[in-house]
Amino acid sequence: MSSDEINKNEVDIVIGALNADLTPFLNTWKPFFSGFHLIIVKDPDLKEELNIPQGFDVDIYSKIDMEKTLGSSDSAMFSGYSCRYFGYLVSKKKYIVSIDDDCVPAKDPRGFLVDAVSQHVNNLERPATPLFFNTLYDPYREGADFVRGYPFSLRSGVPCAASCGLWLNLADLDAPTQALKAEQRNTSYVDAVMTVPLKAMLPISGINISFNRELIGPALVPALRIAGEGRVRWETLEDVWCGMCLKHISDHLGYGVKTGLPYVWRNERGDAVESLRKKWEGMKLMEKSVPFFESLKLPESAVTVGDCVVELAKAVKEQLGSDDPAFTQAADAMVKWVQLWSSVNSSG
Amino acid sequence: MVDPANTVGLQVNPTPLLKDELDIVIPTIRNLDFLEMWRPFLQPYHLIIVQDGDPTKKIHVPEGYDYELYNRNDINRILGPKASCISFKDSACRCFGYMVSKKKYIFTIDDDCFVAKDPSGKAVNALEQHIKNLLCPSTPLFFNTLYDPYREGADFVRGYPFSLREGVTTAVSHGLWLNIPDYDAPTQLVKPKERNTRYVDAVMTIPKGTLFPMCGMNLAFDRDLIGPAMYFGLMGDGQPIGRYDDMWAGWCIKVICDHLGLGVKTGLPYIYHSKASNPFVNLKKEYKGIFWQEEIIPFFQNAKLSKEATTVQQCYIELSKMVKEKLSSLDPYFDKLADAMVTWIEAWDELNPPAAAAANGKA
Repeated sequence: MSSDEINKNEVDIVIGALNADLTPFLNTWKPFFSGFHLIIVKDPDLKEELNIPQGFDVDIYSKIDMEKTLGSSDSAMFSGYSCRYFGYLVSKKKYIVSIDDDCVPAKDPRGFLVDAVSQHVNNLERPATPLFFNTLYDPYREGADFVRGYPFSLRSGVPCAASCGLWLNLADLDAPTQALKAEQRNTSYVDAVMTVPLKAMLPISGINISFNRELIGPALVPALRIAGEGRVRWETLEDVWCGMCLKHISDHLGYGVKTGLPYVWRNERGDAVESLRKKWEGMKLMEKSVPFFESLKLPESAVTVGDCVVELAKAVKEQLGSDDPAFTQAADAMVKWVQLWSSVNSSG
Repeated sequence: MVDPANTVGLQVNPTPLLKDELDIVIPTIRNLDFLEMWRPFLQPYHLIIVQDGDPTKKIHVPEGYDYELYNRNDINRILGPKASCISFKDSACRCFGYMVSKKKYIFTIDDDCFVAKDPSGKAVNALEQHIKNLLCPSTPLFFNTLYDPYREGADFVRGYPFSLREGVTTAVSHGLWLNIPDYDAPTQLVKPKERNTRYVDAVMTIPKGTLFPMCGMNLAFDRDLIGPAMYFGLMGDGQPIGRYDDMWAGWCIKVICDHLGLGVKTGLPYIYHSKASNPFVNLKKEYKGIFWQEEIIPFFQNAKLSKEATTVQQCYIELSKMVKEKLSSLDPYFDKLADAMVTWIEAWDELNPPAAAAANGKA
């Protein structure tokens, strides 16, 4: 897939800067970021100046911008990995592609560098098929199709709301798993894109993700913060929570979520064993979240993404609020987020 | 383009997995020459050959294979009047093989399926992969983005609930096909030259509540856990429909597996499918099915089995009642099919008395 085939004007690449020196990251991605508009959002807790190389069409946002938009000096909502959500908020484009700053382009089995940006946009532009499982995976892909027994009425698919990519080398495992399997690296390149079926829940990782902002933007909520949340993915759950909300809302509104290609190559950062020292709150919160989302039914009257987020927040507060203050805070953050989204995006 | 593997010179595994616990069921009307190529992987296992069509024809089985063979006369003799539930002149007759088997596991394969090559050129031992899939848990309650978490080199991803990491027992392993893909007639007509050359190196669990088109060409299952639901319906001679046998079984087993807490996997292993059937002949067979499946799918998606249905047979009988109630209006064929589903269970229980079938249907 060459990047000539997609309309670059419809895409914003949003990068959350948790480290000041983005030079190696951006230079490595240059072949695939070139021609695109970049939004770089600086973690409000990062003190150093960002170091960004020449040759990119980029807008940088930092704490000052967040405070102006929020109307307050409390930018905690966008702290750490959540800083990229500010980029989603202020973007004016149809598609967002977001990649963590410790990832570089991966190589496919033939040795070619993977153009993750183009693959994501292609995934977003092609329909999703959540209502019936196709055993040959993405039916719209070159060389594939719907198999015998796939109902014809379902073959036009539904709009794709999000495309979740994967990671070679350091996969997105939790701290206990990574600590136990310290040497394990993901070397398996699974050559498929598929739609995650309706009602199936999954852990969506924010490391390598893209979405249709026009379709589903407000559903990407920077909401759940675990106690002692840190600056390595092993110490966060914000993207997993966001993903559970996103999937549920997509299911409710009749959109699809894809997973699989593209891969990025994820590098070492942090120490899983170190992360284990912190009590991993995330585990408990996930256990409570699963039955909640499984039984959750959004009302028929929730027909916009904003409505859905508000209803979801209500349900979180009612059903999970007493279990853990993190859920109450998440619910409040979700409501605040929808209000912010409306005010920043007057058409939203 | 892809080629099948060359298995000449490959050694037979001296300790084949589940050698005495698995039967290989093969429906055929022509010959079993394809078994020559499968020798290194399949020879240690017992075959159940179900001969369709003319019973007077002699089917040649390559030397060295241990087998039992049933033709139409045998089926009529063994089942008597209940033989009416077994299709004639259609590979759906293979389910008779599931019924007469006494083993815990079944692997079924079509006689035009050869050994595939993986991307490194190595011959794929499809049966070994199916066995691995069946012996290892499924994860239908939460999707793992790195696919099979129990596979070497993989694991559950961050965010995957710990309480769900033990998985559930696997009942079915659905394999795929390189070369001739399993397309329906209209797709075959539009894309007669399309070949599946993409080897997707993954096994995954189909989530609970999700239906899929189950192909019988390359399939394995735990007969003790789900056997009675693997009825391949009324197809072929005297029936208004064909090429929906495995589809029908697939929808039934998925509803029942979801109800009983069992898992269904899809993905590896690949076989090499060599023969493309005639699309015009296929279209005639599938024609009604293409319209009917629009009603059938919502029927299965909404089918709710009762709490009291705790065995596969109970689930299946309940399903047959729902078929009669809800699908007969679509076509009188479904009335007949519902009756045949009951006959099948009766025949199954006769040939497999409860004492012999231990933990049937319990995960």
